[in-house]
Parts: sequence; C-alpha cells; structure tokens
Amino acid sequence: MSFAPASRWHWPRPSRLSLAVLRRNFLVWRKTAATTVLGDVLDPMVVLLALGYGLGKLLPAIEGVPYITFLAAGSICMGTLYGASFEATYSAFSRLQVQRTWEGMLNTPLSLDDVLWAEILWAATKAFKSGVAILLVVLLFDISRQPTLAWIPFVLMLAGLTFAALAIIVTALAKGYDFFMYYFTLVMTPMVFLSGVFFPVNQLPAGLAAVMQCLPLAPAINLIRPLVLGQLPAQPMLYVAQLAVTAALAIWLASVLMHRRLLR
Amino acid sequence: MSVAAQSVASAPAVWVQGLFKRFGEKAIVEGLSFRIQPGECYGLLGPNGAGKTTTLRALLGLTPFDAGQLEVLGFPVPRQSRQARARIGVVPQLDNLDPDFTVEENLLVFGRYFGLSDRQVRARIPALLDFAALSGKRAARINELSGGMKRRLTLARALVNGPDLIVLDEPTTGLDPQARHLVWERLRELLARGKTILLTTHFMDEAERLCGRLGVIDHGSMVAEGAPRELIAQHLEPYVVEVYGDGAMQWLDAHRGELPARVEISGETVFCYAAAPEPVVRALQGHHDLRYLQRPANLEDLFLRLTGRGMREEA
Repeated sequence: MSFAPASRWHWPRPSRLSLAVLRRNFLVWRKTAATTVLGDVLDPMVVLLALGYGLGKLLPAIEGVPYITFLAAGSICMGTLYGASFEATYSAFSRLQVQRTWEGMLNTPLSLDDVLWAEILWAATKAFKSGVAILLVVLLFDISRQPTLAWIPFVLMLAGLTFAALAIIVTALAKGYDFFMYYFTLVMTPMVFLSGVFFPVNQLPAGLAAVMQCLPLAPAINLIRPLVLGQLPAQPMLYVAQLAVTAALAIWLASVLMHRRLLR
Repeated sequence: MSVAAQSVASAPAVWVQGLFKRFGEKAIVEGLSFRIQPGECYGLLGPNGAGKTTTLRALLGLTPFDAGQLEVLGFPVPRQSRQARARIGVVPQLDNLDPDFTVEENLLVFGRYFGLSDRQVRARIPALLDFAALSGKRAARINELSGGMKRRLTLARALVNGPDLIVLDEPTTGLDPQARHLVWERLRELLARGKTILLTTHFMDEAERLCGRLGVIDHGSMVAEGAPRELIAQHLEPYVVEVYGDGAMQWLDAHRGELPARVEISGETVFCYAAAPEPVVRALQGHHDLRYLQRPANLEDLFLRLTGRGMREEA
C-alpha cells in the first residue's frame, strides 16, 4: 500500500489557522514598520515626483494629459508590484529557508496550504499598502482627484494577489537570495519598462507590445490609468479576468512547487 | 471510563509497521517497524543518513512514503496527521525560534498555530518559562540567549499545546555539557509527568541515561531493539580493554593467539572484548610503550558493533 499525503497537485485550501500565520507576520511588521514603509513607499514616490515633475516639464502632454498624470497610474502599479515582490521573495525566503520559520509552523497543526496562503495574502496586503500610499500621494499633490479613484483600491487588492503569487513561485525555486536577482532583472525590470508605466505601449513594436499585454502588469495599468483620468476602463472584466486567471495559475503552481520542495 | 477510552489508553503512542521510503533510486527507510508505549522514552539510534529524521518526518505527516502503516496517538498518519500534530510537541534538530520576537512572544505566537486563544497561551507562559528556567528572560530577544537557553526555549515551545508525545531530533547536539545535563533533567521531569518521548540521538550517554528502550537503525532498517543494558548483554562481552600506544599493533600480533578475547581494531586502538578482563591485562604487563583502559562494555561499543566502524562516505 502506498500513500502520498494530499497529492502535491491539489488546489491549496487554507484553514482558519492560517490567520495565525498572518498575525505572526503582522506582529513582525509592527516592530519594523518605519523602515519597511520607507523602502516600499518612498522609492516609487520619488520616481513619480522626480520624473513626473522633472521630466514632465520637458515633455508635451501624453494622451492629452500632463506627464505626471499619465505616470501616476504606472507608479501606483509599480509600487504594488514591488511591494508584493520584495515581500514574497526576500522576506518569504528568509522565513522559509534562513530562519526555518515555516519548518516550525509545519510541526504544528498548520498545513503547508495554510502557510502558503498566509504568505501570499500577507505579500498582497503589503502590496496593497504600497499602492494605496502612492494613491494618497496622487491625491495629496492634486495630480488627480477624480471620483473614479475610489475604484483603484479594489484593483490593487487583486493585482497585489497576482504579483505576490507570481513572486512566491520564484521563492519556491530559490536556493539562495542571489536567485531573486534573476527575477528582478530578467522579469520585473523589463515588465516595468515595457508595460506602459513610463510611456504608452503603442510606442513599442506591435509584436513586443502584444507579448507585454500577456504579463500581469499590463492589465493592472489598463484598469488603473483610465480611473486616474476620471474614466471607466473600456473592457474592465477582461482585465480583471486576466489578473484573476494569472493569480489562480500562479497560486496553484506555487503550491505544487512548495509541496515538492518541503513535503518530499 | 468508557470501553473506547480504555482501548485508546492502552494503545501504543506510536506504531510504525513496515515503513518504506525512497528518494528516487535511493532507499532511505526499508521496512522499519517499532512501537512505543505511552509514558515510554524511546530512542532511535543510528549513524548519519540511517533514516532517523526521515522516520520522524513520516510520523508527523510531513513526507509521503512508499509503503507501510503509521499511527500516532491513535491517529492514522498521514490521513489524520493534523490531528496528531495537535497532540505532539516537536523539538527540531536546528533551532527555528523567531528572531524578531521576545521569548514570551515566541511562545504566544507558536500557541496560536495550535488554535489556542491568547488568553489560553498567556495562562501557560509562566509555567513554561519556569520549566525552561527562563523566567528572568521573558522579555529578552532571541539573539540575547545562549545556545542552551535557546534549546530550553525550543523545548518549552514544544510544550505550549500540552502535548502527549514529544518528538526530539538530536536535542542536545551542539550544546556544552552543562546545558546538555539541564536538558536531560527537564526531559526526565517530562517523563515523570507521564509524557511519551521519542528522540533521535547519536550520543550514547544520552541514550543510556534517558531511554527505556532503544531502536538501533542502519541503512533504514532496525538492527537491534531493547533496553540499553539488555542490548549490551545480548550483543557484547561484559568487559572491554582498550589498548593504544605506538606498539599496540606489534603487541597484538605477538599475543593474538593466546588472548581469550574478541579483538577489534579501530584506528590506532585495539579493543579486546572479554568475559573476564584479567588475562588481557596480564598480557599487557611489561609493555611500557602501551596504555590501556579497562571498562564495562557500553552503548558506544554496541553501536559500533552493530553499525560498523568504517568511515562512511555519506556521513
């Protein structure tokens, strides 16, 4: 008779206990909040204000709006992407491998599904917080005060989940911190530069633009940019579905890889 | 007490039947079987790579296995391993305390993983800290603790759920002698309270002091099992004379025929296992280049006898 505990190919299902993992991460965050807020929020904010006001002065209106207003949507998405990615790679890897926090958790009634979901949701929460912080900067500096901004937090919840799930796949494959350089350099940086954060994607060759539309930063920008400009997105459900499907696939793949890594 | 409760009370705390586990082509555990009664301290002994840690992981439901049946505290594993883990306390080989938290926060946060309320855990913390002799370190950060203190905190943390079974993977590896004795004393106290203990170790004095019964495993299967003294009596002559020094090998060549002892050589030392040590000691008279030690056979001899003296590549 052979037996595998809940085959690694299953869809991960968390129990109520995963809240205890979220609370653990929150307690750590509360102790170090000041420094993490600096890193998560200040970087994209500086980019937005420096490029927006500095470079923006030299540029004509883009798609009919000042450059900083165009850039605002991209900055919000970029902040969300980086917030999720740092937490779900470097920080999660510390807990998984370096501090062996996950090992301790798995010796309790917590399952790997609980721990994985909690980590993804935690990274999504931090992503949300980073995105909303830049949204507040946009409001504060009167870059946009359209009522449609109220929709943005909902988009950020979903986008944060997607970015977090993708990053945790990389963590499941990582042997050391160096590995994350590949993700940041080969995936995130091109995605940020080619998905319409800094300039409209119609400036790109059509083939490349089409490829970038498949990556998850594009639908987030496609949703948020019109909302910053006071419009509703043309095909909202399409982009929401693209983010949701990417998130679901990523969560499942992360679960498979984490089970292979830890419960072998 | 109901009939069902009685049968649970007399059921083994741990029951392993025909466990097989391989990684790829390599067999790690090959048909291992043993059982541990409630209140017993059972030691799994074996060289590095013998399958000890893999067996513990299987018991906790943390590794799929190829064949066999496991039951822990009456719960079939892995099917009900979550329920089993709720009644188990685990002390891992390497400390995995949360470095961002204080001593007290480590216990509180870990208790939540068992679904305990903060009130429940806080009520237990003073007794746990007292047990670990860490009451004065309640608010200390983990990096302020010594290795021995960390181990004791890890042990206290393993008790936060009031477990029936405590599983320790090499609990005193890397500790200094004082810290080790303190951990042993705590473990004996847990036994006195009726807890069941399963530990792995390759310290023979640890096994001899703590364990009522031992299972010696090598290459994934059981090579001997029983009480430490019984095992020694069963497999070894009662006395050992260790002979070492520059002329040890020449001495052996000269006396091999007349020694009423079974001789084993390990490195530069000649081990003479004998029913009576006197004839061996007589044969040593006048050899001033030799030193010798006469002693009763111990677990270390048994361990080497059963698992071999050779250096292992994978070790």
